[in-house]
Amino acid sequence: MRATARVYWRLLAAGFRRRSAYRLAALGGLVANLTFGLLKVAILFATIRAAGGHLHGYTTASMSTYVWLSQGMLGAINMDGRTDLALRVKDGQVAVDFLRPVDLQAATLADGTGAALFSLLPRGLPSVLLGALTVGIAMPTNPVFYLLGAVSMVLGIVVSLATVYLIAVAGFWIVETRGLQILYMLASGFLGGLYVPLALFPHWLRITATATPFPSAMMYPIDVLSGLGGAGNAARLVLAQLAWLAGLAAVGQWLTRAGRRRLEVQGG
Amino acid sequence: MAELTGLRAELRPYRAVLASRARAQRAYPTSFAIDMASSLLVGLVELAEIWVLFTNVTSLGGMRFNQILLVFGMADLTFSLADLSFGHLDTLPTFLRAGTLDAFYLRPQPILLQLICSDVSLRRLARAAVGAAALGIGLDTSGAAWNLTTATLLPLALLSGYATFAALFVWAAGLQFFLLDGSEMTNAFVYGGRYAATQPASVWSRPLKLAFGFFFPMAVTAYLPAVTMLGLPGSDWLPAWLGWCAPAFAAWAWLMGLACWRWGVRHYQGGGG
Repeated sequence: MRATARVYWRLLAAGFRRRSAYRLAALGGLVANLTFGLLKVAILFATIRAAGGHLHGYTTASMSTYVWLSQGMLGAINMDGRTDLALRVKDGQVAVDFLRPVDLQAATLADGTGAALFSLLPRGLPSVLLGALTVGIAMPTNPVFYLLGAVSMVLGIVVSLATVYLIAVAGFWIVETRGLQILYMLASGFLGGLYVPLALFPHWLRITATATPFPSAMMYPIDVLSGLGGAGNAARLVLAQLAWLAGLAAVGQWLTRAGRRRLEVQGG
Repeated sequence: MAELTGLRAELRPYRAVLASRARAQRAYPTSFAIDMASSLLVGLVELAEIWVLFTNVTSLGGMRFNQILLVFGMADLTFSLADLSFGHLDTLPTFLRAGTLDAFYLRPQPILLQLICSDVSLRRLARAAVGAAALGIGLDTSGAAWNLTTATLLPLALLSGYATFAALFVWAAGLQFFLLDGSEMTNAFVYGGRYAATQPASVWSRPLKLAFGFFFPMAVTAYLPAVTMLGLPGSDWLPAWLGWCAPAFAAWAWLMGLACWRWGVRHYQGGGG
């Protein structure tokens, strides 16, 4: 048991180190985060001011928190649905992955989590800091929200990885997963609350969004960390994330096993 | 007459490549249909992002939803068409990292023209259609007067908008020679620019107005011409008459784009192949 845990811990550390090799890419990401963040601030602040200063529990200060936390999470959450695994399933190299004495799903999630956690350092924290300096943000004073927020953030990262994992293994049946990947890209951004917080959605659209795993990846960690809705709400959101993660992980396991039997590697 | 034949002969290789790329995309009809559908969805979701805000308020930055449709329509139509013809310049870092750009240097045609003509992404037509529909509905319902101003400014703004977005792609490509794996840095002004262009620029802070109103002239591609057509007042630092200067801003964008491209091409030292 301990040996197994160590293997996945090493994979996580390797993912962290892999991402740390591309520093200029991280800087580029930061510049993009800041630009989009300022544009989001402009339009969302205008919306709140047009509504008279308060809108569904948001003021300009808490909206700023939402904007900069969401921008900070961008590098950590997979927003485009593209994965190396999808390519490996398509060209058959995944057969080599199956030969390794680790679980394909667990190894992919561990490696991805490491890379995502690294991106919080050069991209996530500076985005939030720059936002705090240029626009100002409101953060909760109760440490409970930071503790729950950290848990929720990691859960969000793993939920996002577990969702794109499903797209990759769908390739065992449909080979070309680009259509699914683009659908994911659209849904994860819009329904996940990247552009507009879910609270501003019309009722029916908000219900639709909560019926998908996408808010668990982005909107819920932001809500938990910013302390919006109190500690009870934060705990409820973390539970919802855990439930989604359990469901996604189970489907992923089942698809991997079924897909493994279908895999046909052509050529020799 | 002889000049014309000469020009036609010179353009023949580009025409042949473009025609082959267009044929190649239609060779797999299902894949092409999925591409078109997803591109259509991209346009619709982008529109939905703005619509969601208008389910909470009736006016943003002094514009109602149908007036924003006019801004969104002009910006998205011209951006999609520029993306269709110039967007694949984004793949330059892949060529640079793999060292395959060297092959382009061997052919007796300008490298930029070769790259631009190396592909055409027909699927962007679907997204352009969303932009065109938004523009049509916006023109019809926003109260834009059908007069000489609209009749001259609309085509002028659309042409300039297309040219400006195209220049941004060239500008970004020129910088890729230095950035290599930092292409997200240029995404900030290319895709961030598209996002900015669909917004009412009156909501921007002053630094944003400097960056996207003048340096990367995004407000001039849609917002300012729309304001002029609707007879609305402009905003602080961005007066309505500036909409007429769209061609000048497009020229500025091309000047910067070509300068960066030249600078980049001279900096490139080959892949060592």
